[in-house]
Amino acid sequence: MIWLDILVQGILLGGLYALFAAGLSLVFGIMRLVNLAHGDLIILAAYLVLMGVTLLGLSPWIAALVAVPVMFALGWLLQAAVLNRVLGKDILPPLLVTFGLSVALQNGLLEVFSADSRRIPVGALEGASLDLGLVTVGIMPLMTFASAIVMIIGLNGLFYHTALGRAFRATSDDAVTAGLMGIEPKRIFAIATGIAMVVVTLAALYLGMRANFDPSIGPARLIYAFEAVIIGGLGSLWGTLAGGIIIGVAQTFGAALNPEWQILAGHIAFLAVMLLKPRGLFPRAVD
Amino acid sequence: MLETHGLTANYGQFRALFGVDITVAAGECVAIIGANGAGKSTLMRSITGVLGNEPGMVLHRGEPIGALSSAEIMKRGIAMVPEGRRLFPSLTVEENLLVGGQARKVPGPWSLDTVYDLFPILRERRKSPGTALSGGQQQMVAIGRALMSNPELLLCDEISLGLAPVIIRDIYAALPRIREGGAAIVLVEQDIGKALAVADRVYCMMEGRVTLVAKAAEVAREQIHSAYFGVAA
Repeated sequence: MIWLDILVQGILLGGLYALFAAGLSLVFGIMRLVNLAHGDLIILAAYLVLMGVTLLGLSPWIAALVAVPVMFALGWLLQAAVLNRVLGKDILPPLLVTFGLSVALQNGLLEVFSADSRRIPVGALEGASLDLGLVTVGIMPLMTFASAIVMIIGLNGLFYHTALGRAFRATSDDAVTAGLMGIEPKRIFAIATGIAMVVVTLAALYLGMRANFDPSIGPARLIYAFEAVIIGGLGSLWGTLAGGIIIGVAQTFGAALNPEWQILAGHIAFLAVMLLKPRGLFPRAVD
Repeated sequence: MLETHGLTANYGQFRALFGVDITVAAGECVAIIGANGAGKSTLMRSITGVLGNEPGMVLHRGEPIGALSSAEIMKRGIAMVPEGRRLFPSLTVEENLLVGGQARKVPGPWSLDTVYDLFPILRERRKSPGTALSGGQQQMVAIGRALMSNPELLLCDEISLGLAPVIIRDIYAALPRIREGGAAIVLVEQDIGKALAVADRVYCMMEGRVTLVAKAAEVAREQIHSAYFGVAA
């Protein structure tokens, strides 16, 4: 029975990793940009939500709602003012710029918020759980997982059933021809990064409510997100969720064997998938 | 309606166009013929903003558009059927058509329904991925996609390239109906016979320059021959 419990906890943890990864996947899918500052942007958003809670006295949910337009605007500006200038045939400049942004964000956050670890207070919800008979699951992990599913359904709806989604996919296929269709690729990229930052805010909310965070933990979130995206296969958000679940389950089983193995087990699972399926579980046809 | 003035284009150190002047009147059908490498496709890429220019090198309704982006030029009513069709592989046939019309919404004769009436086979294949179609059907999607914006001017870059003669005949059969809709057409072609049969006027290009301008109905074979190959027939 304990193994079933571990499996369920691992699957639910996968929801959190899918939230970390979805924004990264979206940006990479549309503009082939690997945003090395993704993890740090999650931490930035977590501090933003925390400020809403501590300074304005809002509930975490309302604080996140307030943070969403701020983060969208930040993503839009980041893309329009910085990243659009370095996107091109050479993949190195965007990597360097986002790496620099990552360092700058970590140091900026350290300067403003200090190295103390913080947490977004949620009150009674934090320890609440639901007895499902065979297993007992925490309300918070359950909500995280449900949010990941809702977010993926929402993003897929946007991608496959709206004019904006068509423009995203067309630009991803062929930016020059998309331009001939009246689509401004740079504008599309800015909107995409804005939307990715909305997802980042959701990820930040759950990260901050479930665990302590400090300015230095962004890069580790980036690694989990990266692994989830790569396992999933670079084109499918459901694949990204599957990737998150694989890492989550590997981590909870690793931790059950020996607490020191939790992180390592996740990385080993990633390497194992890469050995068996180098292009991920759900690869795109055109890559 | 569209004019180029001393249009030049470069690929790095290599100059591909040396001062090209062409004009297209509203509703007119103009053919641009020439051998491989004559600069025809470069001319199309310059007009549509894929290659940047001096503003005054391209005029639309008298206004300089040479430095505008592809998207801005398209929104002015200049739509392109690019060489090699360039359908979006992630999009279905219908989505490919819709994406052509979503940035410029103006009243006009073309809509999903009228494009499907023009090329009925596309209605049957509308849920297929664009790239799952045959070359001829893909060309129909590319033409339909450009029509969806109800353009004033339709630029067609090598629409017969790589297609079987019977397919080319079907595609050319659609051109008169497109003209009835009011759009001017520029046909870039290597197939001289096909181009002359539908065009009002013809420009012949060689090595980045216009070597002949003539009314399609009056031009003599010898003139084309010398303009096309640079030697007397």
